[in-house]
Amino acid sequence: MRQIHEFHVDSTRYLDDHGKPLGELPPQAENTERVLAAYRNMVLTRTFDAKAIALQRTGKCGTYPSVLGHEVVGTAIGQSMTNTDVFVPYYRDQATHILRGVSLKELLLYWGGDERGSAWEHCPQDLPIAVPIATQCCHAVGVASAFRIRGEARAVVCCIGDGGTSKGDFLESINLAGAWHLPVVFVVINNQWAISTPRSLQTGAETMAQKAISAGLPGHIVDGNDYFATAEAVDTALERAYGGKGATVIEAVTYRLGDHTTADDATRYRSAEDLKRAWEKDGIKRLQNWLHGSGLWSPDKEKTLQAECKQTVDKAVADYLATEAEPPTTMLDYLFESLPIALKGQREQIADKYRGGAA
Amino acid sequence: MSKAEHGEETRDVTLVEAVNMALHWEMARDENVVVLGEDIATNGGVFRTTVGLKEAFGFKRVMDTPLAENLIAGTAIGMATQGLKPVAEFQFMGFIYAGVEQIISHAARMRNRTRGRLHCPIVFRAPFGGGIHAPEHHSESTEALFAHIPGLRVVIPSSPQRAYGLLLAAIRNPDPVIFLEPKRIYRAVTQTVANNGEALPLDTCFTLREGDDVTLITWGACVLETLQAADQLAEQGVSCEVIDVATVSPLDRDTLLCSVAKTGRAVIIHEACRNGGVGAEVAASIAEGAFLDLQAPVVRVTGYDTVMPYYRNEQYYLPQVEDITRAVEQVIAL
Repeated sequence: MRQIHEFHVDSTRYLDDHGKPLGELPPQAENTERVLAAYRNMVLTRTFDAKAIALQRTGKCGTYPSVLGHEVVGTAIGQSMTNTDVFVPYYRDQATHILRGVSLKELLLYWGGDERGSAWEHCPQDLPIAVPIATQCCHAVGVASAFRIRGEARAVVCCIGDGGTSKGDFLESINLAGAWHLPVVFVVINNQWAISTPRSLQTGAETMAQKAISAGLPGHIVDGNDYFATAEAVDTALERAYGGKGATVIEAVTYRLGDHTTADDATRYRSAEDLKRAWEKDGIKRLQNWLHGSGLWSPDKEKTLQAECKQTVDKAVADYLATEAEPPTTMLDYLFESLPIALKGQREQIADKYRGGAA
Repeated sequence: MSKAEHGEETRDVTLVEAVNMALHWEMARDENVVVLGEDIATNGGVFRTTVGLKEAFGFKRVMDTPLAENLIAGTAIGMATQGLKPVAEFQFMGFIYAGVEQIISHAARMRNRTRGRLHCPIVFRAPFGGGIHAPEHHSESTEALFAHIPGLRVVIPSSPQRAYGLLLAAIRNPDPVIFLEPKRIYRAVTQTVANNGEALPLDTCFTLREGDDVTLITWGACVLETLQAADQLAEQGVSCEVIDVATVSPLDRDTLLCSVAKTGRAVIIHEACRNGGVGAEVAASIAEGAFLDLQAPVVRVTGYDTVMPYYRNEQYYLPQVEDITRAVEQVIAL
């Protein structure tokens, strides 16, 4: 028998659970400004997340998916991308959206039942939040195809959860990315849970990253709570994409520290011990420890940052709560470029129904 | 580019050739137009609708995709968000279902979801309908599935001229269009088509024949049998108005209601099964908008509420000329 192919999947981490370097750090660690900015974004994201959950619990926001445990990987992605790249998210990418320029108010509007939450003034080409699982992967290869057709040195980053890798959309998309050498980076954020279904039930494959091999792409695992490992992996994959060398799949291993959404109760299917162990690997604390150890951080700086983040979030919440709903007639106004004659009567009906009110 | 440089010509073509002409015209006119699908580039499409495009515009704009319809739909959406105008071909309508999540959940709502920030100027083309002795899954007429979805246009040409003009309009339209080509008449008739880049409107039905006694409302390949039935009925002294709906959604109710107000009778003919078909929407619109003008109940001549039979029996499923004349005689008698 002749062996035709063998593959390996590497796994990278630079810090131990307490933020101590395990060896030499990648160049990303030398850019102090970038590391500090990353830490700030992680803290802001976590502050925002806690507030959004509180708003939902008090009836001021709709069902909301907590980003707890994804702050590190999301921040690394957002920092690595340039303005001309396109981000194709799923629905737990708050940390990246903030860096791309989506406002906290817009995020609240989206989860607070207002379509204007996806109007995204500052990153107009990024795709909106995708709720149907893995469907965004096909859009990512479409955007990357447009770059290839036009000969542009731009790239796409597409996020997906571990559960999403079970869907055809993901497999079909990485397959196309391989066949057409597309400038796209798929980041599988493996947080161990697809609502209540554990990672072990999603696939018999030992890793999510190795699915890349079937598509002719490189697949890497990184510790998704290790900022340096994640930042290096995304930087490298983007350089590869810009250079016309094709797509990459990164499996960022982390843990969903919150419920799936505010409508979920994770205590039904996972143990307190499991969660406690995951908190011990928390990436934000890990980076904070490293910053302290490197002389870049202090309790005072932490206190100031926490206060700033709270102030930023409070202001966004106030803006969100002060925003009136759109007139109900807008439910027809953005369906087509211009309202078809066939729908004019229905628009008038809506206007009549709300005459004197919001319409 | 002048029309002469563009290769303007007038010639007799089939519906297949008209589709091909429109694709050539618009790809030459607009570099954002790209074509993707299975077997469409080197092979020119299994029905040859895309012949010559690869040679004229290259692989970058004429793309053979892997065999995955969901991927075709979703990739077209991603391309469209970048300002391209993809024309995505599904080889047969029976294979469009794998792409339906992408079409319904994303293409149809991207503009609305983003409040106009992103939109999807995509044409999803598919040959549809029976009558060509094809294997299972190759004879579907499920236009009603898409007509039900807000945010989609559903367009069905029934002649070479309308195929040319409506396809140009569909490509130029800034929103997603499901463009269904009646493959039974892909080569059944030829018609003189001026290859001049002129599009037809996407919001009006086409009145193919004027008449006073009854309005025959149809679309797709059934237009042929309906016109034949109208000829036969004329010999019996029954004057039929024949309307090709063509733009199945959004539906041009005004043209239909005006006609029924004049004739007082309506027969709806479509190949798809009856239950929940587009004919039901047409009939309901007539009941709501022209009830007092009616001299007889609205009658539907359609496929049956069953699976499209394999081809030995498909002629018993598809509406025939006699089915239409019988229905007209029935409503005229009232």
